Amino acid sequence: MSRLKIATPNTAQLTVERLYKDLERRIIASPPGLCPVDLQLSFLKLCHAQTCGKCTPCRVGLGQLQNLLENVLEGKANLKTLDLIRETAGNIMDSADCAIGYEAAHMVLTGMDGFMKDYRHHIEHGKCSCHITQPVPCVALCPAGVDIPGYIALVKEKRYADAVKLIRKDNPFPTACALICEHPCEARCRRNMIDSSINIRGLKRMAVDNARANTVPVPEKAQGTGKRIAIVGGGPGGLSAAYYLELMGHHAVVFEEKSKLGGMLRYGIPSYRFPRERLQEDIDAILSTGVEVRLNTRIGNEEGEIPFEKLREEFDAVHVAIGAHTDKKIGIEGEDSKGVMSAVEMLRSIGDENMPDFKDKTVVVVGGGNVAMDCTRSAIRLGAKKVGIAYRRRQDDMTALPEEVEGAVAEGAELYALKAPHKIEADENGNVAALWVEPQIIGPIDAWGRARPIQADVPLLRIPCDIVVVAIGQGIETRHFQEAGLSVKRGTFSAMSDSEIKDVPGVFAGGDCVTGPATVIRAIASGKVAAANIDEYLGYHHVVPCDVEIPPVSYEDKEPCGRIQLSEKEAGDRKKNFDAFECGMTEQEACQEAGRCLRCDKYGYGSLKGGRAAIW
Amino acid sequence: MVNLTIDGLGISVPEGTTVMKAALELGIEIPHLCFLEGINEISACKVCVVEMQGKDKLITACNSPVEEGMVIYTNSPKVRRVRRSNVELVLSQHDCHCATCVRSGNCNLQKISNDLGILEIPFKEEVAEVPWDSSFPLIRDSRKCIKCMRCVQICDKVQDMHVWDVQNTGSRTTVDVACNKKIDASDCTLCGQCITHCPTGALRERNDIPKVFDMLADPEKITVVQVAPAVRAAWGEELGLTPEESGEGRMVAALKRIGFDYVFDTNFAADLTIMEEGSELLDRLGNPGKYAWPMFTSCCPGWVNFVSKRYPTYLRNLSTAKSPQQMFGAMAKTYFARKKGIDPHNICCISIMPCVSKKREAALSYMRSAGAGQDVDVVLTTRELVRMIRAEHINPRFLKDQQFDSPLGESTGAGVIFGVTGGVMEAALRTAYAVAEGKNPDADAFRAVRGENGRREADFVLGDRTLHTCTVSGLGNAEKLMQDIINGKVNYDFVEVMACPGGCVGGGGQPIHDGCELAGSRGGRLYQLDRERELRFSHENPEVQKAYEEFLGKPLSHKAHELLHSGHVNELYYETHNYL
Repeated sequence: MSRLKIATPNTAQLTVERLYKDLERRIIASPPGLCPVDLQLSFLKLCHAQTCGKCTPCRVGLGQLQNLLENVLEGKANLKTLDLIRETAGNIMDSADCAIGYEAAHMVLTGMDGFMKDYRHHIEHGKCSCHITQPVPCVALCPAGVDIPGYIALVKEKRYADAVKLIRKDNPFPTACALICEHPCEARCRRNMIDSSINIRGLKRMAVDNARANTVPVPEKAQGTGKRIAIVGGGPGGLSAAYYLELMGHHAVVFEEKSKLGGMLRYGIPSYRFPRERLQEDIDAILSTGVEVRLNTRIGNEEGEIPFEKLREEFDAVHVAIGAHTDKKIGIEGEDSKGVMSAVEMLRSIGDENMPDFKDKTVVVVGGGNVAMDCTRSAIRLGAKKVGIAYRRRQDDMTALPEEVEGAVAEGAELYALKAPHKIEADENGNVAALWVEPQIIGPIDAWGRARPIQADVPLLRIPCDIVVVAIGQGIETRHFQEAGLSVKRGTFSAMSDSEIKDVPGVFAGGDCVTGPATVIRAIASGKVAAANIDEYLGYHHVVPCDVEIPPVSYEDKEPCGRIQLSEKEAGDRKKNFDAFECGMTEQEACQEAGRCLRCDKYGYGSLKGGRAAIW
Repeated sequence: MVNLTIDGLGISVPEGTTVMKAALELGIEIPHLCFLEGINEISACKVCVVEMQGKDKLITACNSPVEEGMVIYTNSPKVRRVRRSNVELVLSQHDCHCATCVRSGNCNLQKISNDLGILEIPFKEEVAEVPWDSSFPLIRDSRKCIKCMRCVQICDKVQDMHVWDVQNTGSRTTVDVACNKKIDASDCTLCGQCITHCPTGALRERNDIPKVFDMLADPEKITVVQVAPAVRAAWGEELGLTPEESGEGRMVAALKRIGFDYVFDTNFAADLTIMEEGSELLDRLGNPGKYAWPMFTSCCPGWVNFVSKRYPTYLRNLSTAKSPQQMFGAMAKTYFARKKGIDPHNICCISIMPCVSKKREAALSYMRSAGAGQDVDVVLTTRELVRMIRAEHINPRFLKDQQFDSPLGESTGAGVIFGVTGGVMEAALRTAYAVAEGKNPDADAFRAVRGENGRREADFVLGDRTLHTCTVSGLGNAEKLMQDIINGKVNYDFVEVMACPGGCVGGGGQPIHDGCELAGSRGGRLYQLDRERELRFSHENPEVQKAYEEFLGKPLSHKAHELLHSGHVNELYYETHNYL
């Protein structure tokens, strides 16, 4: 008789393991707008199936909670039911043996705190207040609402110029978004339910690589209205507003303080990610609508500047889209030493082609966001001997896209994770000599589910270096505008969701200066929203249409198929210069990838409610 | 042309044709439930699934366009299995008490289920019950709803009213009044198009038949029934009568057999309406500065409701003339009562209408001009009339034609065409022209206002001026009309609107034929009746002339205003908004 056995999983176990994976992907692809109470009930069911059955609160309690939630959903509950749910969940939390029970109850309590409004609505009205408004998940999650299934279908048919036209209906920066969009559209792609999300950005890139934006004519403009709109800021938000306003027949005048247009697309994003000539393609197309541009022009009260009041007097409306371009300081000793620079400063001089001298220097970048990665990878390209990234949390906690972090590491960056900056040591000439950091250990999870670092019981650590780049966020230069009457809260302009500024008629604001530093697609969306509402404000109802016909769906079965990833030049080569390193798809790849699209615009809820907004 | 094979038969059809249509050309009727051509092509029920050679998943025939070389099987073992299962699933959430269902015998779900030989359902019954105000003229029975979404779509796409919407998410998804409103607080005009396009008994009118049987049973009461023009074009459909067999005389005979004391014609009141509304139009044209333009017809309660709810500032554009139904009620309880020496309180005034909205109109507080309660006591739809005839086990085939009674039974061709889009306009123009010119025009001189297009414009010379007219049917078209008027894109003098596509013949109270729109052919029958009438001008109706001589005086007289006009726009506004 054998004492021990090697355990091998049986088919059932293996199958369940596979189904777990399927379920994980399914949760990822959960459509927006579902009833949270209904979901809560489903989660509870799963939790209950996991119970070992030993303890009463978990074995019975989780089931009874389901019954109570069922009553809420069926309109059979009253407000006392909610008390009973809360009390029962609390009791389970207090007495269940293990996490299967108490964490299930915790989820219920979290839900009751988070969406009590929905619970009450069910009880008071006998139905749910939730509505699926945009049936296509990718379009719903794109801030600008770009017709993604539409252009994917066009790319599949190799109608690249039509794809660019269709994208432009909602987003005049197809190239920028093809190269550097953070693609929130891919997050809940229904294709995840089968295998993985569509490479939407890659397909958009296929379109703009084969039909350059500056070669695809912009649509015909509406008849001139004689209205003039001042746009403060020539970044993606400002230029998007200008583009749509011109199409609507108004005249947009863009005031840009720097010597070139593009905002953070030029002064924040390095050219190896977004080559300048590609940026110019989008800008040229936008300017072809007749947008007027005044470069090197600041709005303010100093000499040579134009006061904001004057813009308001001279223009029928003003849109403020100045972005977030000021530095944020860490606030540590020695931060004023020579060799300490901000990320904004560094990327701006690169944007102006005024390359900082990092040759053979040791550089430490402080921060864990995308900007920190941009600084790191730029420093490597500037010939630095060694580049490190000091970050007070773990690599996994970095807010930068994982591929950006991996890219930086592949190019040779050193990661100093769990190292909080303590002070900057300078030599006798006031030049940076080292960054002192406090080692951390990862600690408790905060209310948002993020692990907080706490100081480790070890001595400070000295990281010798010549340059420290501070990349911990950007601020907004609000002072002049605040003086002119625009209200500012927590450092950003308080614009309403329609971009209007309350009590300042005719003044609109959008983009980073309203949201704080965010993504390019959000800035573009804000420009679109502002253009629509400025048009309304001026008493018009122009629509922005697009006459591109969308290809019909094909009858091919949707067999599981891997996602095509964009390839990159090898790290050793790409780190030597600022040339673009991401490669587009081949026709074969693009065709296969586009064929994976499930066409949610035509199937499912899309066929009931219409899969697209043909005009806005 | 695209070539394909369906069930082994080759066919060539134009590009863009759906598999369902291509199959139909071969005589193959693919069963379907939710599909409504041009309106609901969402393949929700998955009953019309077919197998496409070379493809694993089944496709839906209703919304899949044909492809060159396609090979389709509409009855393969897989199709048979899946179709049956999907019908069983629908049935598991459907109240299958067919015996007590208003749509029994006229229900596509019942038919498909019978055709497929489904004798038991292998699934647990899960019938959702949502409370509903049973006093409202439109009833939604959630237990019978199969979530085909036709009601949502017809209300959105055709009527542009957006009363219904998808409610809840996930497994609890259903249909309910949009924006979490109660039906009586919604924009519902009671046009009833959702009812006539519902594939099951989930939507119906309030059943008012018992009230009528009670009246018939009460020896103290004199029952007076009026029949709207459009009813005669449709009442025989569900009784298995051909158009030739379901003439007016046989309908009158059926009503008399049921036991109504007097069978009158709403057409009489339609002629009366023309006398009043036509005179009003000429009066307004004579004092253009005094009135808001264009003048709108006011016969259709769905339309009046629409104006009250969406464009209350345009209520003053409505003709003050009441609808024929209400003019009839007021005349029955005054003129007729006096003539016959009956106490009006003992008169039960019943109307048979192709309409659900008329049920609400009759109950409006200012529709009590005769001083004996509601001028019209009960409104039945055409469908309710048919059910009454059945309940009385009357076989109309064996009935001999009978005449409408006097003095509210005579009508002209002008009154008959009130039931079809453009009819009110045409009837009014015939009389207005005669008044303005002093002689009758050719009765068909104004046929330009006819047609199936949802909005038609026509100009006519009337006296020394040109009259710009517009005729609209369907509330979606009415909405566009209002926008054009508001934006100054159009300038009309006289506008006729009927809420239902095609007018009352396509009304929400008419017999239901799944997937068929019969307004066109029913309208044709009314035009035929018009042609066959000896009298085709409202002002030549001898009973109308007599009513003026003996009772009303002349059009727009004080008495006429008292009884035949709603008079106060503010009252209507108050009534509607108070109703909310």
